[in-house]
Amino acid sequence: MMTDMTKIRHHLTEPLLMGYAAGTLPEAFNLVIATHITMCDTCRAALAEYEAVGGEVMLEAEPVDVAEDALAATLARIDGSPVQEMSRPARKADSIFPGPLQDYISGDLDTLKWRKVGGGVSQLVLKTSKDASVRLLRIPAGTAVPDHGHRGTELTLVLQGAFTDEEDRFGTGDVEVANEDLNHTPVAESGMDCICLAATDAPLRFNGLIPRIAQRFVGI
Amino acid sequence: MLMETTAPSKAEVPAAIAVKGATVQQQYVKVGKRKVTADAASKRMAWVVQVYAIRDSQDRTAFSELFAYFAPRVKSFLMKSGASPDLAEECAQEVMATLWHKAHMFDPAKASVSTWIFTIARNRKIDILRKQRRPEPEELPWGPEAEPDQADAIGLQQETEQLGLAIAALPEEQRKLIERAYFGELSHSEIAAETGLPLGTIKSRIRLALDRLRHAMK
Repeated sequence: MMTDMTKIRHHLTEPLLMGYAAGTLPEAFNLVIATHITMCDTCRAALAEYEAVGGEVMLEAEPVDVAEDALAATLARIDGSPVQEMSRPARKADSIFPGPLQDYISGDLDTLKWRKVGGGVSQLVLKTSKDASVRLLRIPAGTAVPDHGHRGTELTLVLQGAFTDEEDRFGTGDVEVANEDLNHTPVAESGMDCICLAATDAPLRFNGLIPRIAQRFVGI
Repeated sequence: MLMETTAPSKAEVPAAIAVKGATVQQQYVKVGKRKVTADAASKRMAWVVQVYAIRDSQDRTAFSELFAYFAPRVKSFLMKSGASPDLAEECAQEVMATLWHKAHMFDPAKASVSTWIFTIARNRKIDILRKQRRPEPEELPWGPEAEPDQADAIGLQQETEQLGLAIAALPEEQRKLIERAYFGELSHSEIAAETGLPLGTIKSRIRLALDRLRHAMK
């Protein structure tokens, strides 16, 4: 999927790129990052740089002796397993969901099992490891997501449409990285529904009693 | 000159680099706007040649040489990332077997062999130690060239060498921070909070990656 990179203005942070390269982030974050990098050549290049750093860190590590028969055992392993061609299923070309995301959902925008979370907003929680969570959000054009703060880090990647919050405007391909300092009210732009992929490593905290009760039921 | 005007066949590419890189010691190769000496990245080009030998002729000697150098380092990386010695041994063997099976996917204009093996080891670590799936970005579509440009490959290998030297030359404290980030001892928020990390400084050693990626997409 190639999106004109000049349109992407909000990128991943250096610590997130480094953590993704190192393989130390929760799966939910990895999914948002892999999806953004599919859309963003700038971050793809930065990732290559951090992977190169990882390779050099590995080279600098004090070598540890392998078993005496390690080479023979590995060659036996090679002989025992014929070459496997890894082929990813072809991505649906007309989908707004980039390849990494398609591995986590079945269906397309209108056939997914969306659940209403109030105010016209729908969500679909994706199955990942429990150290963080990730969901698709569908925000009708012109609608606001309830004002909420964060206990941890929240990554929000725009897949379709755009939203604006107190910080800036976020269009397709942009990613907003919010930490606990940010209380924001994202509002979807008019024109089309805004579809986002949002990951957090802590429960969102809605400001206000009613959303907080609703939060218990919908699990966000 | 190392650059050929006509694209060599698959099998000739590594041989041309290896032979000429070794014999024409101080000849300059133009890489982008810079001139680099052809022998500076020769160690890394030798690794590239070994991977190509595995790809093209299932060369077990080339494999055993790569194994002798990399397997103990992969094992070390996995142990520092939290694997027991037995599990790290098992995974290091799997990583090296993956190198054999995926040799046809290696691209020296995109990664040094050290970088490539690191990414294989990292993915194995996530799979085995953390028991998670690893979402990966879609691959970029192939460019029109079947083989990577030799100057791109040599340039990237040399830059990675310089990156390694730059990391090794960092003050002890800064180097340890980077190691801890890669061994999983620092969370991303701890990395963000850590002002002593010289990220920009070391990354500036390998800045041409973006140009090469764009080139690959033409």
